[in-house]
Amino acid sequence: MDPTRNGPVRNGSTRDRPAPDGSAPDRSAGEVRVRHSDRPRLARHVRLSYSGTRQRHILLLPETVVVLNDSGAGILALCDGRRTVAEIAAELGTRYRRVPDDPVLDGEVRRFLARLVTRRCVELLDGSELPDGREHVDG
Amino acid sequence: MDSPFGLLAELTYRCPLACAYCSNPLNMEDYTDELGTDEWRRVLVEARDLGVLQCHLSGGEPLLRRDLEEIVAGAHEAGMYTNLVTSALGLSRRRADRLRAAGLDHVQVSIQADEPAVSDTIAGTPSFHRKIEAMGVVKELGWPLTLNVVLHRQNIDHVADLLALAEEVGADRVELANTQYYGWALRNRAALLPSRAQLAAAETVVRAARERLRDRMDVVYVIPDYYSRYPKPCMGGWASRQLTVTPNGDVLPCPAAQSLPLPRAGVREHPLSWIWAESPVMTAFRGTDWMPDPCRSCERRELDFGGCRCQAFQLTGDAARTDPVCHLSPDHAVVDQVVRAANEEARPADALLVPRPHRAGRP
Repeated sequence: MDPTRNGPVRNGSTRDRPAPDGSAPDRSAGEVRVRHSDRPRLARHVRLSYSGTRQRHILLLPETVVVLNDSGAGILALCDGRRTVAEIAAELGTRYRRVPDDPVLDGEVRRFLARLVTRRCVELLDGSELPDGREHVDG
Repeated sequence: MDSPFGLLAELTYRCPLACAYCSNPLNMEDYTDELGTDEWRRVLVEARDLGVLQCHLSGGEPLLRRDLEEIVAGAHEAGMYTNLVTSALGLSRRRADRLRAAGLDHVQVSIQADEPAVSDTIAGTPSFHRKIEAMGVVKELGWPLTLNVVLHRQNIDHVADLLALAEEVGADRVELANTQYYGWALRNRAALLPSRAQLAAAETVVRAARERLRDRMDVVYVIPDYYSRYPKPCMGGWASRQLTVTPNGDVLPCPAAQSLPLPRAGVREHPLSWIWAESPVMTAFRGTDWMPDPCRSCERRELDFGGCRCQAFQLTGDAARTDPVCHLSPDHAVVDQVVRAANEEARPADALLVPRPHRAGRP
């Protein structure tokens, strides 16, 4: 076996080290800005799943497990590449009975998504493009 | 006690390559009675029930198992993210299609150097071109591709070319991991440990590449722990996050732990849940109660867990001592001495390596 694998070896890296809420990006990428018009979706190769043992939703991707809390799982369940960040925040606002356009909730959603974009768990489609490549025409 | 996140399934120690830095055990003949398909599938279900979410299929060369597809399907059906760690020898288009259908999620291909002659010499067999071809198949089938490179004295100066190769094959991740000294690598340590100047040059290249490739590729870089001030947080703590099942069914906290004088616990004799919770091999160094000083009173004891038990055993003869890599270890001189030797001007760049055999009893 190649000794970068597992073993006592790769412990220096981030393998399977869960971040309880998707925090602590392990890459020193620059600031990611998430706009209201962005349409987030799970990155290719990332799977949203559920661990019965832990009773938590989880993200699975190469060499990484992210254990999600309930609000994180709630956000990701709406990241379908069609809804905008603004629509996701609004939908969650209704669900959690927040006032319309609650700036705290809005900030939470955008920060959470920014962290996952940095870790390449989430991709942002530009507001003007739909996932199938068609241009989005307003109005 | 935590639930484990990852299972390293070492399906066989047979391998078409003969890399001199292999971390497989020296006593390969003890592992020839390999678990069968049904045994592996049972182990995978037991692992899932224990909380395992990721399954790393490794070896040796896992493609040498003709039932690999069935084992992948077992892990996939158990809901795990499946990861094949391979030399890619034997990864034909036909085999790849079958693995895709079985639910394989991710492929990691090793390469020994950035150019064919050196790569084939280190691998001990003509393999470079077949590996590149297989990486093309991985990309074609839409798998995420990780390129694994073990760095050492004889290839670390080529780290820029290795990164260029990773870009060329379209890798999503590249792991540039300096050799860690277990198994065959420990035997070849003098020829493999790079100098401080080599490491510094490599790190400069890696840092620039990370910045440049930030949106396209994850660049993982692991230094040789002999050069670090504190030990690595081995396995995230003994029997805390990971477990390994060896080809004959032994369960270990990590693959190197077979070298420790602990009673064996195998899946043929015991349920995995009992082994994880109660077997001496798992409980021996779990938590912090076993620690001697300086670890016991160290504020980093929950950060690096005293380092690596196997390394402590290999270098001091006592698995319960502080990892000698730590500058606070009373045994640190043994590491210091090896590092000093690696930095002597007269040390050749290409000393002879002892290859591991392809299989037990046939060097």
